[in-house]
Amino acid sequence: MIEVQNLTKRYGAHYAVNNISFQVEEGEILGFLGPNGAGKSTTMNILTGYLSATDGRVRINGHDILEEPNLAKSSIGYLPEQPPLYLDMTVREYLDFMYDLKKCKLDRQQHIAEICRLVKIEDVYGRLIKNLSKGYRQRVGVAQALVGHPPVLILDEPTVGLDPNQIIEIRTLIKNLGKHHTVILSSHILPEIEAVCDRIVVINKGVIVADDTAADLSKRYSNDQRTLLRVSGPETDVLSLIARVPGVADATSLGEKEPGVFEYAIDPDGTTDFRKELFRRLAERNWPIMSLRSMEMSLEEIFIALTRENIPKSAKSVQRRDTASRGTDKKGGKSE
Amino acid sequence: MSAVFKREFKAYFTSPIGYIVLAIMFFFAGWFFTGFNLAGRNVSLTAVYSLMLYAFIIALPILTMRLMSDEKRQKTDQALLTAPVSLTGIVVGKYLAAMLLFLISLSITLVFAVVIAVQVTPDWSAILANFIGLYLLGGTIITIGLLISTLTESQLLACVGTVFVTACLMLMDMLSMSASGTFWSSVIGFLSLSQRYNDFAIGVISYNNIIFFISMQVLFLFLSVRVLDRKRWS
Repeated sequence: MIEVQNLTKRYGAHYAVNNISFQVEEGEILGFLGPNGAGKSTTMNILTGYLSATDGRVRINGHDILEEPNLAKSSIGYLPEQPPLYLDMTVREYLDFMYDLKKCKLDRQQHIAEICRLVKIEDVYGRLIKNLSKGYRQRVGVAQALVGHPPVLILDEPTVGLDPNQIIEIRTLIKNLGKHHTVILSSHILPEIEAVCDRIVVINKGVIVADDTAADLSKRYSNDQRTLLRVSGPETDVLSLIARVPGVADATSLGEKEPGVFEYAIDPDGTTDFRKELFRRLAERNWPIMSLRSMEMSLEEIFIALTRENIPKSAKSVQRRDTASRGTDKKGGKSE
Repeated sequence: MSAVFKREFKAYFTSPIGYIVLAIMFFFAGWFFTGFNLAGRNVSLTAVYSLMLYAFIIALPILTMRLMSDEKRQKTDQALLTAPVSLTGIVVGKYLAAMLLFLISLSITLVFAVVIAVQVTPDWSAILANFIGLYLLGGTIITIGLLISTLTESQLLACVGTVFVTACLMLMDMLSMSASGTFWSSVIGFLSLSQRYNDFAIGVISYNNIIFFISMQVLFLFLSVRVLDRKRWS
């Protein structure tokens, strides 16, 4: 449905988007995730034909965005980061205008009424957009994207500025839309992507750093999960003991959490399970374990790990592995 | 194109801009008509038409300042440029909307002609020639204003820029007068909008001049499309 090949957008010496490729299948909801300034909006602007790429190609529904722009564009409903609303028009006039602009062939009255019902803007239908709240404006923006029933929807941060109830409504709406449309949804809000999307593409500094389902992403990274340990005993001695246990790659102290009890973060090296040996050695020295729990990486932590500049040690290995696995074998990260 | 045209024309009346342009044009036209024709007991509208050039310097930049600059500022150009419409369609739609409002504002002079016709038969052919000449000249200024409006996000800058360019075009004739007979005066004479208009003012409709004005308009519309297209590549 959507094919992106080696897309590059360069501003002078700065690469806003650097050689990214991905595909979206029909009926899929793709989450496009990345910190602010990662190149999400630029990519979406290129997909919709608003900007031209420096290099690479985009095909929407089989039509190249540069060679057959009108055919490609008529298959897309686009909600940009800032909804393109004419403030001096009423919602009715605006949707009418978009209907004409997109050269829509469906029954005007019925089609627009259906969209208004879907995004719940019937009660502001006759009001000037200027006078609408942010939440309503956002919904009018979504409505505008739906005009003409395009097979592809590209939504750039659709829930920004909405209150929690509205966010849930919009998410449900997008999920439902995903049944009949192919959707690309960008966000820097993780739970949103996690809740709505079938697949996630993480982009940072113009480069794709991960492309997987949410479940696979966390499974892949929880492979070298950290373990948090609390031990009652002298900090430096315990730390050096932990570091000598077979199976431990690295241990750091996180400080005193309870009187006389320190917390340590342990990164396993993956060869053997260190927990039994750790228990035995600590018991020998009479330093009781107060708690021991594994720290499964949430999507949030994976995201931070993938996109942070000062990458902590454990995350670095994640990053390295990902870079290595990219290009050769996308899902083979575990085998490394 | 028709969607853009309709929206743009309506927008002139949902904002004060359409009313301001009409007010300026009607005010100056009415002033000149009262002075020359009613008070001066003159039946020729030529003086009114010739003076309208000065009203254009103020009215037409206001008419065109918002056309593209506001789309960019409000980011509504994202809706236009991602819709299945060509850039030419967008630019021409906006041009036609401005031209229609300009036509309405210029039509006040036809009301004057009717007022004169109550007493004596006016020189209809001179009125027609003047009207066409002014409409074409104003249209050229509108396309220049449209081009300038594609260059900035600020309506104010677009307006000031267009006023400046229009005033320069009008003043160019004075330069050519002082440099008469030289190479520069012939260049300026060729480019000068008001010298082209002078033929219309004396009642001559020549194809030469019509083609000049129309090709100037096409040129500036083309440049506007190029500027918009260029923005996507930069």
